[in-house]
Amino acid sequence: MAEEEKQVTRHDVEESRSLFTPFNMIAGIFLIVGVILAFKRFTGGLGAVTNLDHNNPWGFWIGFDLLTGVALAAGGYVTAACVEIFGMKKYHAALRPAILTGFLGYSLVVFALLFDVGRPWRLPYPFIVNQGVTSVMFEVGACVALYLTVLFLEFSPAALEWLGMKKVRKLAIRLTMVLTFLGVILSTLHQSSLGAMYLIAPSKLHPLWYSPYLPVFFFVSSIAAGLSMVVFESTLSYKNFRNKMDEEHKKSRNAITIGFGRAASLVLAGYFAIKIFGVALGNHWNLLFTNMGLWFQVEMLGFVLLPCFLYAIGVREKNVKLIRFTAFWTVLGIVLNRFNVSLVAFNWQLPMEARYFPSWMEIGITLFIVTVGLVVFRFIVTRMPIFYEHPEYSTEH
Amino acid sequence: MSTSRRKFLKWMAAAGAAATVPEKLSAHEHFTGYPDSYGVLHDTTLCIGCRSCEAACNEVNDLPEPDKPFDDLSVLKEKRRTDDKSYTIVNKYDVEEHLRSPVFRKFQCNHCLEPACASACFVGAFTKTPEGAVVYDASVCVGCRYCMIACPFDVPTYEYNKALEPRVMKCTMCHPRLKEGKLPGCVEACPMEALTFGKREDLISIAQERIRKYPDRYVDHIYGIEEMGGTSWIYITGAPYEEIGFRTDLGITPAPEFTSGALAMVPIVVGMWPVLLGGIYAISKRKEQIAKKEKEDEVTRAVNENQAKADENLKNTKEKAQKDQEFAVEKAVKKALEEAEKNKDSGKEES
Amino acid sequence: MSETIHTLQEFMTQTKGVIYLLALGFLVSFTWFWTFLHKKDKD
Repeated sequence: MAEEEKQVTRHDVEESRSLFTPFNMIAGIFLIVGVILAFKRFTGGLGAVTNLDHNNPWGFWIGFDLLTGVALAAGGYVTAACVEIFGMKKYHAALRPAILTGFLGYSLVVFALLFDVGRPWRLPYPFIVNQGVTSVMFEVGACVALYLTVLFLEFSPAALEWLGMKKVRKLAIRLTMVLTFLGVILSTLHQSSLGAMYLIAPSKLHPLWYSPYLPVFFFVSSIAAGLSMVVFESTLSYKNFRNKMDEEHKKSRNAITIGFGRAASLVLAGYFAIKIFGVALGNHWNLLFTNMGLWFQVEMLGFVLLPCFLYAIGVREKNVKLIRFTAFWTVLGIVLNRFNVSLVAFNWQLPMEARYFPSWMEIGITLFIVTVGLVVFRFIVTRMPIFYEHPEYSTEH
Repeated sequence: MSTSRRKFLKWMAAAGAAATVPEKLSAHEHFTGYPDSYGVLHDTTLCIGCRSCEAACNEVNDLPEPDKPFDDLSVLKEKRRTDDKSYTIVNKYDVEEHLRSPVFRKFQCNHCLEPACASACFVGAFTKTPEGAVVYDASVCVGCRYCMIACPFDVPTYEYNKALEPRVMKCTMCHPRLKEGKLPGCVEACPMEALTFGKREDLISIAQERIRKYPDRYVDHIYGIEEMGGTSWIYITGAPYEEIGFRTDLGITPAPEFTSGALAMVPIVVGMWPVLLGGIYAISKRKEQIAKKEKEDEVTRAVNENQAKADENLKNTKEKAQKDQEFAVEKAVKKALEEAEKNKDSGKEES
Repeated sequence: MSETIHTLQEFMTQTKGVIYLLALGFLVSFTWFWTFLHKKDKD
């Protein structure tokens, strides 16, 4: 990465640089290992690469690729709502990178699901063959499928500008408002429903994490995740793709960081409150000082309350560095929360030897999927107008 | 494929059902399950742990050969669970505090009256049949394993080592055999009558009768009447349930009720979000318009002011110019007159 | 069609199915309604 940064700062060398940069080499290794593991998965079954068993049917892929992936891809709907619906036009420069991150995020979620479900070619079955409408997962599936389409359409103007297809682009632009509304509705539904999926298993999820509020927890935390991810992504992008950014993008960068930091701080404060209300609702105070309870406190204090205050301090003192660090910290907190719900607090009552721990191959396939995402992200931002406005359309909006 | 096509019509059926609401339904409908459905009563006090039921189950369901033969009773020492090669297992529990002899407990699908697996399945692969069995249809299964997450009894298992057509595996209560008028394999094989097949209502009466007759032999609770909304398999035993592998903390709420509240919020979001977001959008649009208008007004005002000033200037200049002109004319006239006077005078003098 | 419903599962299958269809219908018609409501503002 460091090497890459150096290369990028020397503006126009990019086209002529060698293929064997450290990023490419590491990405290449991950991709090769991933393809081998994928082959193993699809010839030997799930058992050949995962540590899943009859007690633990969902593992690392659901916890990270699905739950965390969807939460971290929330930047798309959050930013779109801010800019298009709430009218915060000054954050306009953040919109396209956020939509792109969201679109790639959801594509990767679906890609990862192809590995996780037993018969991936049947993924459309719930919609075309037999509708299991009583299932929360039916709702998640329907919303994710629709929202992926919405994100594709929201992203399409950038690709169409790149391809120079003016007429189709104009059509896509006209859909903006409808798509933004749909995006927020669908995101509200499936972000919350991912939490609601666990409502059916109160006997398996630890009481501190199980709550009738689970859908609300997942929805609210996805907003914090989305806001933090926009800041986090812009930090990384500035490091690696600065030469692709136009003056307006660079100029509004700090304003976006501060604005989103303030919003994230606010959301985390509310999130902390409702999590506490959740403990009160179930009267689980006595569990707070058990082993699981201490772990719950680590999550609540270290990854909700702490970033809430760090954001606030960063915003008050206009310390963008602190805000950027806090964004990273919040992203970690979201990963922790989704892991806690799906892996740590799930099946907590089972004896240690019956608990699940991921195999290196599961993590290997996840790394493969993330690498694919990064490579595609780089392909797109180095070609399409993501960090800059296409000169032919810059007078609009 | 024919089943798939039949099921495809479910959407239509749902739409049709809305039009013809059964008169019996009210807002507080309480569902009591299929009348006259079957079940099995497992009386652990009669079970001797011979594993005949396991062997019979393996045979009637064409399951693969087990690692250890069914007459090897040493496996009873371990705490086993069902897997993708066995629909049922018997575990042995030493409960010396309560009983001298160990308790054997058979484990298999409990065939809930309101199955969590059926509620959780997004492709409707599970069905609670009117006969009582909860059956699984592998021909539509996607393999998401949400049923395994949902089941409070950890019943469904999965064929993790199959690449092409992995299935969820669980006891079917021998539904195909029931349809033929036969008993479930395990019940038929039990030499001790520890398993009784019959209508669930009758089984409950039998169980109650046994507890009433032999209060010293049984714990005064029939497991499965209310647990998770009730199960088709019910149990009576001599040792506390939690000590022989039963979960007694499951409560009596049927599984679909855990998610019905969250699912009920879906249409509320769909209905109210456009209103809420539309309102916010309208406010932000209005603000934008006001800001724009204020800016425009400011500009017009500035322009007008300038215009006025310019007009004033022009007027002043004009006036001044006119005055100057008038003055000049006056002056010229005066001068001319004076000159004429002078000329007249001088002319007089000349002439 | 007016068969008695015996299980909550069956009841939810019917009601949720109807609700999904209605929700989809609402989303489509709301889009139309929005444009209907805002026609005057257009120009």
